[in-house]
Amino acid sequence: MIRQFLMNLLLSFIWVALTGSMYYSNFVFGFMLGFFILWIMNRNETDQRYFYRVPKIISFIFYFLLEMIKANLQVAYDVITPKYFFKPGVVRYPLNAKTEFEINLLSTFISLTPGTLILDISEDNKTIYIHVMYLNDPDEFVRNLKTGVERRLLEILR
Amino acid sequence: MINILLAIISTIGALSILFASIGILRMPDFYLRLSVTVKASTLGVGLLLICASIMFPDVSVTTKAIAIVFFLIITAPIGAHMIGRAAYFTGTPLWKGTIVDQLAGMYNKETHELESDPSQVPPSEELNEEENIARTEDETD
Repeated sequence: MIRQFLMNLLLSFIWVALTGSMYYSNFVFGFMLGFFILWIMNRNETDQRYFYRVPKIISFIFYFLLEMIKANLQVAYDVITPKYFFKPGVVRYPLNAKTEFEINLLSTFISLTPGTLILDISEDNKTIYIHVMYLNDPDEFVRNLKTGVERRLLEILR
Repeated sequence: MINILLAIISTIGALSILFASIGILRMPDFYLRLSVTVKASTLGVGLLLICASIMFPDVSVTTKAIAIVFFLIITAPIGAHMIGRAAYFTGTPLWKGTIVDQLAGMYNKETHELESDPSQVPPSEELNEEENIARTEDETD
């Protein structure tokens, strides 16, 4: 896993050095090329996790950007129209994430989505308390978060 | 072509910062203000920096923009979390339209420890919780 990632980085640096143009887009192109070469070379290996994980990371980034833009539009509409549409509330959210790194990443992503704000984490790292702006039903909110951001994040990390 | 794209992205960034600043004035409650401000300003600054890195075809500009966006994304949620926790702990009232508060009464007032299971909270804390809700309703009305 780590070995393949380092090999991929090395291949993309070699690509940048050979082509001689230090642009960001050239580095990304070299990374994709190296990923493709490694994928072809490692087809018969048993450990294929790296090649599943990189597309998942990219799709997670796009999913998160889409969610962020949608939530931003909703908040912006609420800010500029005279009537208040929101129903705020503080929700208890039981975590599936176990290690501190997973909890840290998950709470960063939850906090970056507009409308949700982490208030506190319990002493035994099992629940977090989230302040939500648009809350119709606490159970439904917890279910959406579990099947959305947390499931995708844990698929990448584990 | 690239100019039109840059104009669109930077307009969205500037507008989201504008909405964040209007939100500071218009939101009825401290937590909603915090919630609106932090995210919209992160998005706005991020979009403007992306524009700058596309606009100037220079490696140093791009690396600086990436570093600034990275540290902004790491630090802004932590700052919001610490401010929100401090505000809740010192008893800043929630807006009167708040429909549910599952954090109420979960703190141990002396040790500042937070319980994860509501059944673990001793009954004396429950009394405090009811008093707390009554107090906040009086203050926000």
